[in-house]
Amino acid sequence: MQTALRTSLPESELASRAKFAPQARVVREERQEERQSERQAQTAGLPLSIRGLRKSFGDNEVLRGIDLQIPAGQFVAIVGKSGCGKSTLLRLIAGLEKIDAGSIGFVQDVQPEDIRVMFQEPRLLPWARVLSNVEVGLGRDRSSGDAHARAEKALAEVGLTDKRDQWPSVLSGGQKQRVALGRALVSRPRVLAFDEPLGALDALTRISMQRLLERVWRDQGFTAILVTHDVSEAVALADRVLVIDEGRIAHDVTVNAARPRERGSAELASLEGSILSHLLSADDRT
Amino acid sequence: MSLIDSVSLPRGFRLPRVDGLIQWIVPLAIIAIWQVASVTGFVPTRVLPAPSDVVLAGWKLLLSGELVRNIWVSFWRASIGFLIGGGIGFAFGLANGLSQLSAKLTDTTLQMVRNVPHLALIPLVILWFGIDESAKLFLVALGVFFPIYLNTLHGIRTVDPQLIEMGRIYGMTDGELFRRVIFPGALPSIFVGIRFALGIMWLTLIVAETIAASSGLGYMAMQAREFMLIDVVVLSILIYALLGKLADSASRVLERLTLSWHPAFQKR
Repeated sequence: MQTALRTSLPESELASRAKFAPQARVVREERQEERQSERQAQTAGLPLSIRGLRKSFGDNEVLRGIDLQIPAGQFVAIVGKSGCGKSTLLRLIAGLEKIDAGSIGFVQDVQPEDIRVMFQEPRLLPWARVLSNVEVGLGRDRSSGDAHARAEKALAEVGLTDKRDQWPSVLSGGQKQRVALGRALVSRPRVLAFDEPLGALDALTRISMQRLLERVWRDQGFTAILVTHDVSEAVALADRVLVIDEGRIAHDVTVNAARPRERGSAELASLEGSILSHLLSADDRT
Repeated sequence: MSLIDSVSLPRGFRLPRVDGLIQWIVPLAIIAIWQVASVTGFVPTRVLPAPSDVVLAGWKLLLSGELVRNIWVSFWRASIGFLIGGGIGFAFGLANGLSQLSAKLTDTTLQMVRNVPHLALIPLVILWFGIDESAKLFLVALGVFFPIYLNTLHGIRTVDPQLIEMGRIYGMTDGELFRRVIFPGALPSIFVGIRFALGIMWLTLIVAETIAASSGLGYMAMQAREFMLIDVVVLSILIYALLGKLADSASRVLERLTLSWHPAFQKR
């Protein structure tokens, strides 16, 4: 039932279901469960609606009209060549840059604590112990009475309870990134934006971090937006992969593979191949 | 919730025991050689008195209360001058590091004043203040102002902008951002300034007390010179060395306590 499509049209789902007619019933039951968990997720995640988004730095027009709807709780990966504007799009969503034209709507009212960003660098305060670093993520609730307990819980979610009293300088790169993830999660965000958070990690650490990201996303149901240059990471984690080229969304690919996903499986590999060929064909044009 | 998490003793910090004694081997050896050279007459006592004579002179001055009084006066001048000059330097460093307007307004002026050797102002200062306490305080304050100003400014300007962006994203107010990110980030550099300033503090004070004073260690040394009491002169010089070392050690301890997060201060 896994399909890869350039546009996420619901008709295609029907097509794939028809193909697997004998198993249709099983599939339908599974889908119902999925929908239920999706509904739970919707209370946590925020839907995004982006219209006509433009951004330029000086004469360089980085984003040239982005239109994008992201349903609540979806895991979206954004890939593209370096300099294509994918990080700029993320920074605009996170409110780190000013919008030149167009709009980004969250449908509901958002608090600053609802949107969190995780960067390629952990950006931990070197002079605060691990637990205090996680507490930073609470935003305006930092001084509330349960700040400690909430930070401990977030630290447990990323599996670093035993490091709570360490200085960041003694942690490994992967552990630092996990602290940064805990800090991003502690305020229970409804949108979590990842700006190549695993780019600086070694291959094995990266895979275990990907599993961790997927797990917390499934547990908490936030809307996840992941900018990455690693296409295999994008297809392994995301429901939907957007290919950005020259400031526009060039392709919108739905990934329907069941979770937990097996890394290196044939269908993910073929999907990865087709996305890569989009990226490279764009390269050939220039 | 502690802000900088810095109050607890770092694991690497130990009271000086065997490790602490090693650094005293060389000074003690020099004194021993000196003593031998004096006793054997290799160095005439009129050029340099034996360490035992210096200790004896110190003991006499201690009994008369003169030594303690003079050390206290010098110590008082040094600390008050340091607090005033350092405080103003720190304030200007903060203001110019945090505000572009303030930096534009005052930095050029301060840089110009910095290039005047502050000891060159001694004649002017004597004309203004006489040989009063304020003259010494003014000179010490002026001397310690610049290293603290420059290093505070540098520390604040070089705080990782990515951390500042992170603080803003996580909704820190300006005050919180300063307390949690900017000040701790600038602290290592501020300490460099403090240690420079401590050196300049003693230098300025010695010169000022030697030229124009009626009390203090420098005055004691000058008086002794008038009466050819060379042992007291040497004693004053040694006390300066000890006080300088003491100030440096104090700043090191403070550094260890507040910068225990820093990899350079962690023992593994």
